[in-house]
Amino acid sequence: MSATSPPAAPSSKSWTVRTRERAVAALPPEKLLPDGQPTYVASWIYVFGVASIAALVVIVASGSILALKGPAWWHYTGIGHFFNSIHMWGVELFFFVMVVHLWGKFWMAAWRGGRTRVWITGAITFLVAVPTALTGYVSQQNFDAQWIATQAKDGLNAVGVGAFFNVTNFGQMYSWHVLLLPMAVIALVAAHVLLVRRHGVVPPFSIDDRKAALASSSAAGASSTTAPPNGSPAPPTSTETPPPGSPPPTSTGIGS
Amino acid sequence: MSVLAAAVFNLNHPAHTVDWEFIHLSVANVVVIGLMLIVFLLAILLPFPGAARRAATRRGERS
Amino acid sequence: MSFLRPTDDTRPWSGPYAPYDLIKELFIAIGVIALLAIVLTVLFSSPDDPPSTIAQWSRQQPINFTADATKELNGTSDTAEYGPPYNHNGEGQHAAFLYPQKWLGVSHPIDTTNDFVLGPLKTVTGDPALQSAVAAYEAAPEATKKAWGEAYVKPLEEYETASEEGKTPPSAVSADPATGAVTVKATGAGPVPTLMGGLLALAQSGGLDGDLLTSRQFFQTDYTKPLLFMADGGLLEKRAQEQHLLGEQWGMMNETGSYPGQAWLWLYALWYQVEPFKASENADILVMLVMGVLSLAFILIPFVPVVNRLPRWIPIYRLIWREHYRAGQSA
Repeated sequence: MSATSPPAAPSSKSWTVRTRERAVAALPPEKLLPDGQPTYVASWIYVFGVASIAALVVIVASGSILALKGPAWWHYTGIGHFFNSIHMWGVELFFFVMVVHLWGKFWMAAWRGGRTRVWITGAITFLVAVPTALTGYVSQQNFDAQWIATQAKDGLNAVGVGAFFNVTNFGQMYSWHVLLLPMAVIALVAAHVLLVRRHGVVPPFSIDDRKAALASSSAAGASSTTAPPNGSPAPPTSTETPPPGSPPPTSTGIGS
Repeated sequence: MSVLAAAVFNLNHPAHTVDWEFIHLSVANVVVIGLMLIVFLLAILLPFPGAARRAATRRGERS
Repeated sequence: MSFLRPTDDTRPWSGPYAPYDLIKELFIAIGVIALLAIVLTVLFSSPDDPPSTIAQWSRQQPINFTADATKELNGTSDTAEYGPPYNHNGEGQHAAFLYPQKWLGVSHPIDTTNDFVLGPLKTVTGDPALQSAVAAYEAAPEATKKAWGEAYVKPLEEYETASEEGKTPPSAVSADPATGAVTVKATGAGPVPTLMGGLLALAQSGGLDGDLLTSRQFFQTDYTKPLLFMADGGLLEKRAQEQHLLGEQWGMMNETGSYPGQAWLWLYALWYQVEPFKASENADILVMLVMGVLSLAFILIPFVPVVNRLPRWIPIYRLIWREHYRAGQSA
């Protein structure tokens, strides 16, 4: 039961109303959680995005258990070592599936049709995952951590980052690893997934237009594009099948 | 440590390496990279389930 | 829209949608990945090589420890001459006119002479000879300290060099296997032999590990001092070589034992093996700059000419979307 029972005026000054209307306009429920996908989503390569999320879930869950008992626990109990192993293999699986996902998305040129930000958020997620792993490695409190910390410090010091990011400072590295960097990764993944939901999975290359596309200039500075400004999938026409089970899409969605 | 003895395969010995010119990669890393390439190829080659359902959708038999 | 975007003929999809259960797929994926992680854990577990301590280093390599400790006292060790962020005794690395290491300054000051040697020695009680050696050293003029230090370190460095080259080490330096004490035949070394003997004993007793960690306060989570001291010496490097973790072994990609490591660091590791990075004193900043540029290019691939055309030119997409094309939906 909304406190504002009558619909708000279009130029409402309420931050809440404006936020809600913008959110719902960008991602109405049937777009946020569609129960259908375009028929061209028909390849195993498409599961590697959700596999990356799954690996992240395994990493965060096992990492949370390690955090419950503190950093010394896994060195002297079998069950602690068990969860540390799951955490380590989760990380190996995460990078494995994430890179296969990246390869697939590159060869699909998945940035097309207004999906540049999808690519950018995905690429930045990978690049942030690397120091997230590094801070984990230097937080292990074993020989590997000693070696990695004393080596990595040189690269970081050389570019000045070492002045405020000290890999030999366990307390700092543990904080970055357990809180700050996972928050960054999760926020980036959330933005990435919401952008995919907003713009839809990138359509295939059009074969008919392939020759025209190949002939066109590839240099930076080409300015023509035929995609609509936000590149989102157009509402299906009356002759096409709408997403199964969803109401006819409206421009503002429900919820106002 | 008892839990390490419990692992089916003990990997706690110095790694073997694959060496070529100036490239020196551990066998474990080569296996990982090789598996990634194989999995990528399988992912784009293996048929994805639901082809009949998608074909029916295209024909307009499903709503 | 940015004028940098290349020609894009992608049209919004106006075709059919087939049922697809995203939430079920998510749960299946979590189940599969979790199962894989558990299976790998049961099969292989994970590595946990115990850390080295200064006590172990000083017991296993007493001559190497003494040589390095002398350099710390003299201010000629790697850490002593590192420069920022630890001290001003070096400029650090640079690339052309870029000196970020110098510009960001000394944020974690380390004075190896006092922090690694004299400070810990002053905490030793019941050894008046040691304390008067410390006092004598501190009271001496700089030139005298330098002369003492160099007189003591010279035979030690000759010993280390001979060992590295596999030659017979000079007899001026020896270690007593029973007591762990090191004897260095050097003249004109002043109180330095006493200082080094005292530090070696403190290290071998385990006192130096704790001393370097808690010198400022009881609770400490910053291991910079003991780690830098150990990294100046030979034990960590010896273990690293055995585990294929050295730079020239592509070590930054590797894990201890035979476990997979960080394969995603392959390109970062590669640059260090090729010129001009390999022999450069500024290898770290140069490699970081190259990787920085490449990372930016990776983020901006949609705008990078040629690269953003590769997916069209090498039609892997024909395999991925073959069902779609066969269904005649290419228009």
